[in-house]
Amino acid sequence: MWGYVGRRLLLAIPTLLGASIIVFAMVHLAPGDPISAILPVDASKEQIEDTKRAYGFDKPLPVQYLKWLGRVVQGDLGKSIATRRAVILDVRDSLANSLVLAVSSSLLAFGAGIALGLLAAFHQSRALDKLASAIAVIGVSVPHYWAGIILIIIFSVQLNWLPAMGASSDGGLVGYLRHMALPTIALALIPLGVIARVTRSAALDILNQEFVLALRAKGLARARVFKHVVKNAAPQIITVLGLQFGFQLGGSVLVEAVFSWPGTGYLLNLAIFQRDMPVLQGVILVLATFFVLLNLLVDVLQTYIDPRIARH
Amino acid sequence: MSVIALPQELSTVAGAPMSYWRTVAWRLSRDRATLVAGALLLVIALSAMLAPWIAPYDPSAGSIRLRLAPVGTPSHVLGTDEQGRDMLSRLLWGGRMTLVAGLTPVVVAFLVGTVLGVMAGYAGGLVNTLVMRTMDIFYAFPAVLLAIAISGALGPGLPNTLISLSIVFIPRVVRVAESATVQVKGLEYVAAAKASGASVWQILRHHLLANILGPVLVFASTQVSLSIILAAGLSFLGLGVTPPSAEWGLMLNTLRQSIYVNAVVPALPGLAIFVTSMAFNLVSDGLRDAMEIRA
Repeated sequence: MWGYVGRRLLLAIPTLLGASIIVFAMVHLAPGDPISAILPVDASKEQIEDTKRAYGFDKPLPVQYLKWLGRVVQGDLGKSIATRRAVILDVRDSLANSLVLAVSSSLLAFGAGIALGLLAAFHQSRALDKLASAIAVIGVSVPHYWAGIILIIIFSVQLNWLPAMGASSDGGLVGYLRHMALPTIALALIPLGVIARVTRSAALDILNQEFVLALRAKGLARARVFKHVVKNAAPQIITVLGLQFGFQLGGSVLVEAVFSWPGTGYLLNLAIFQRDMPVLQGVILVLATFFVLLNLLVDVLQTYIDPRIARH
Repeated sequence: MSVIALPQELSTVAGAPMSYWRTVAWRLSRDRATLVAGALLLVIALSAMLAPWIAPYDPSAGSIRLRLAPVGTPSHVLGTDEQGRDMLSRLLWGGRMTLVAGLTPVVVAFLVGTVLGVMAGYAGGLVNTLVMRTMDIFYAFPAVLLAIAISGALGPGLPNTLISLSIVFIPRVVRVAESATVQVKGLEYVAAAKASGASVWQILRHHLLANILGPVLVFASTQVSLSIILAAGLSFLGLGVTPPSAEWGLMLNTLRQSIYVNAVVPALPGLAIFVTSMAFNLVSDGLRDAMEIRA
């Protein structure tokens, strides 16, 4: 088991390095001189020279990359062009807000999605199964940014129940929760559909196996059969849950933009329009690292539940 | 990843044995949801293609007096937008843009991804490791984040949207094509072809491609809906198609400010994205079921 964890950790390193190369390359993808992408427009000549030396722009690209990577590993993601603050601080603050949203929407989606998927599997080709399948298809087809706008139209504009924008300015916990409600629902829609689908098909796969027939034949109560099925379908479902949680963290850009929720997505959006390359790079690098580590955790967890998976 | 249904495994329908594709067609003809969604897609595609001829107004000509007219206004059936432009005309024209922006990356990814995947799968060894590990790197980013990151770095515009979305979808197709190739490569008839002296090209063309194209195509079709949502999403963020072009995501973005004046009209472009994306999902689901492919 620990050998496997170690091996997986080692395998994550080249992936992370590759991701860092992509993030590094983004400055060079941007149209124009990389210096102008990093410095404010009104930077003085000295500043330009200093930056050139500091970043090693006079050196060949591989050297530049290694220098940059060296600083990144130490937690130095550079300074924001817009706020002159260290990028790592901006990212840290926004990451907290994004995490809150990712957790709340995941909890909602996981609970509802698993329930829906199991209901559909155990009521095959009945009305309930049709309904669950329909909700699943809607969930994976709906553009979540549009769903966010629809939620705002219904609950903020028409009914005036919930706030449409931002996180809470004051009003304490209740205010914060009220601001969270709509973005949480909007963000939960896609994983809800995906999880309902996967849960349904995983449970159906198990239900169609012979041992379930044997359990039923020997007269086991429905609830106990249910337990067996869920237990056997769990590894497959857990993988998807882990991946979906990662998507929630990295994929909330559009929903955060709709609700002006001050998370990483909002920060990223802001950085793109201010052409604030250090912030853009910082956000993406941090989110990608989170995502890779999360996938790793999912793999390990899956192996822990079902040791047969570690065989390769 | 994908299990390929080989023709000999197929059951015979109604007594007489049927060819694989006839069986698929027969199954599709009995799948009502897929048929309805397919018809809907046809209507959407036709109306987008015929937009220049069937749109009642010029999509970029507005009238200040007629801003945000409600749905059902006699001269403007679907109302007008915040600049007084006819919504129906803009939706028709916008569909062209959204479909191009959503479909092109998947087509590119299908072509490039299949070549790379078959190459990696068939060659094995170092080539495989090199291609597949490179693709793994792109899996370090959630799709939305990768698309926005690349578009954000490249700047707005339709060409950049197409580039960034192609980069998002290529690794996915490569993975499916590679695993299908490895699976087919291990089958006995490939070994038999090799033993009988077939060239690499003959094996690739007749034995590998013929058997993996179906599953890879179906996989690609499952990605169209996501691609459309992302393409419109990039425009929604201001990273995709630029004004004054009509594009569903962009229309949603500019109309967003008007939800306090008119709640229905701003919702229409998003509804169009939703219906189109759902139709694509239903059709690809139906295809997958009919072709007995498990993805």
